[in-house]
Amino acid sequence: MAVEIFKEKYRSQVREVVLGATKEEGGTRAKTVKVGGQTALPFLHFEGENPNRPVVAMEVWDIVPEEWPANLKGYFEDVYDDAAAWAKKCVEEYGADLIAVRFKGADPDGKDASAEDCVATLKKVLEAVDVPLIVYGCGKTEKDSKVISALAEAAAGENLLLGVAEQENYKIVASAAMAHKHSVIAQSPIDINIAKQLNILIAEMSTPLLDRIIIDPTVAALGYGLEYSYSIMERARFGALQGDRMLAMPCIANVGQEVWVKKEAHISEEEMPEWGGQVERSLAWEAATAMALLQSGIDILVMRHPEAVKKIKSHVDELMQDNS
Amino acid sequence: MIIIGERINGMFRDIAEAIREKNPTAVQEWAKKQEAMGAGYLDLNVGPAVSDRVSAMKWLVEVTQEASKLPLALDSTDYDAIEAGLELCKQPAMINSVPAIQDKMDRIFTMASKYNAEVIGLAMNEEGIPKDAESRVALAMELVANCDAYGVPLDNLYIDPLVLPCNVGQDHGPEVFETLRQIKLLSDPPPKTTVGLSNISQGTADRELINRIFAVMAMACGLDSAIADACDEELVSAVATARILLNMDIYCDSYVDVFKSQNL
Repeated sequence: MAVEIFKEKYRSQVREVVLGATKEEGGTRAKTVKVGGQTALPFLHFEGENPNRPVVAMEVWDIVPEEWPANLKGYFEDVYDDAAAWAKKCVEEYGADLIAVRFKGADPDGKDASAEDCVATLKKVLEAVDVPLIVYGCGKTEKDSKVISALAEAAAGENLLLGVAEQENYKIVASAAMAHKHSVIAQSPIDINIAKQLNILIAEMSTPLLDRIIIDPTVAALGYGLEYSYSIMERARFGALQGDRMLAMPCIANVGQEVWVKKEAHISEEEMPEWGGQVERSLAWEAATAMALLQSGIDILVMRHPEAVKKIKSHVDELMQDNS
Repeated sequence: MIIIGERINGMFRDIAEAIREKNPTAVQEWAKKQEAMGAGYLDLNVGPAVSDRVSAMKWLVEVTQEASKLPLALDSTDYDAIEAGLELCKQPAMINSVPAIQDKMDRIFTMASKYNAEVIGLAMNEEGIPKDAESRVALAMELVANCDAYGVPLDNLYIDPLVLPCNVGQDHGPEVFETLRQIKLLSDPPPKTTVGLSNISQGTADRELINRIFAVMAMACGLDSAIADACDEELVSAVATARILLNMDIYCDSYVDVFKSQNL
């Protein structure tokens, strides 16, 4: 007698969000990227639909990223001082599905680039590549409010993914998204209750924005609390599939940012011979973190190392094969 | 706990009048209002005074569906009226209700299977409502067995252990809670459960207080739904809170509003 596989039935699904806009849609992208839409847990194709594959955004800075470790330099050194060329290289040579531009240069305690400088950089990147873009500020709320508003206005209609709306400052980012037709990253500090509340607050400003929110649940790197991030994602995704509309958004994870500041990425083989080669170890750290997050339901991975990206993309190819 | 909105019932004067005069205004207003307050189903009962229950039920189904997208619970002891209503329902509906009496179960479960409808089964038979939990559970088991025999999925069956007014049958209260607990052990998947919530407070002085306390106590015992007043804000808030405390919904500061807006 054939064994009948038990299948879980869910009554709801993750919202589908489109990033970027083509000419017909009011932007200049060659094609858009669709994420979300799942009706089952990640890659359980026998239980439901996983209509859109998870995508990889590669991170590009508006200034030379001095703090990035040497083993990333070999891949980007020639383009580190030119965000547009850097973005182009990520798309054309390393297969990035999206580009995440981080305007680190806007940091008032650093280069303190003006909002106009940031807009100029964004325009160059928009011209250099035709994939959808994610934009992040420098991480200082006050300055980022100005920068993100200016970027949103300058790229009106492009359907950028604007980072980041947090509980304290969501109004500025959400208004910018509403006014200039962009999507928005709703970021919460590893706290599912705040993630849900933040989505409600944004929805109160504009119900249609509900279909343009990407949740950033804040993730940790392997060895630094990844399990906790995983359990939050698991709970959010179960909630989404069981009908919690306010948690049914696709999710993004800043993998590169978390991994590449950890000692596993920085310490050389000479210092720690038992840890093995630094190059292999560091990219494996990023890839392993990303793989675990894929299983938790992350839809957009923001990554840095081209080899780690390559591993993840081929891993996703396998995961997306029909197992029903 | 899913609230089956009780307000479209010919026992209420405005609904009786609406049915008599074929004026849909009151029915449609209550449909919209209950939906906005977070009801999951709308109960439709033509009331006792109607002579032609079949045509009254058909009319209620039609005008309610014009105003609301909620599934309907067709509430009648006249099974012809229920069947006439089921034929018109645009989405699977709920049949309210059938006791554990064989010829009635035969008719209702056949109908449920044909129309893919859910069924409220009452834990009573020809002899009335038993007092103790064991006898109620035995009747529940008869309903489960018949439901299964007619090929109706067990999670489409809602068992009502039957609630009596607390000032009349005070000793029934604990038996109802125990019955709710045991029903969940009857099958896999277990049947769902429901109660006519306002029965518990018939004839008492503070009905709303008794209703909502009973509702949250019963939820902790496994109550899935109740035919209740969806416009009782305190009740809805109490249910939303119980769902948080039972880990059925994920907490956020606006959880009460989220619960109320789930239909929007």
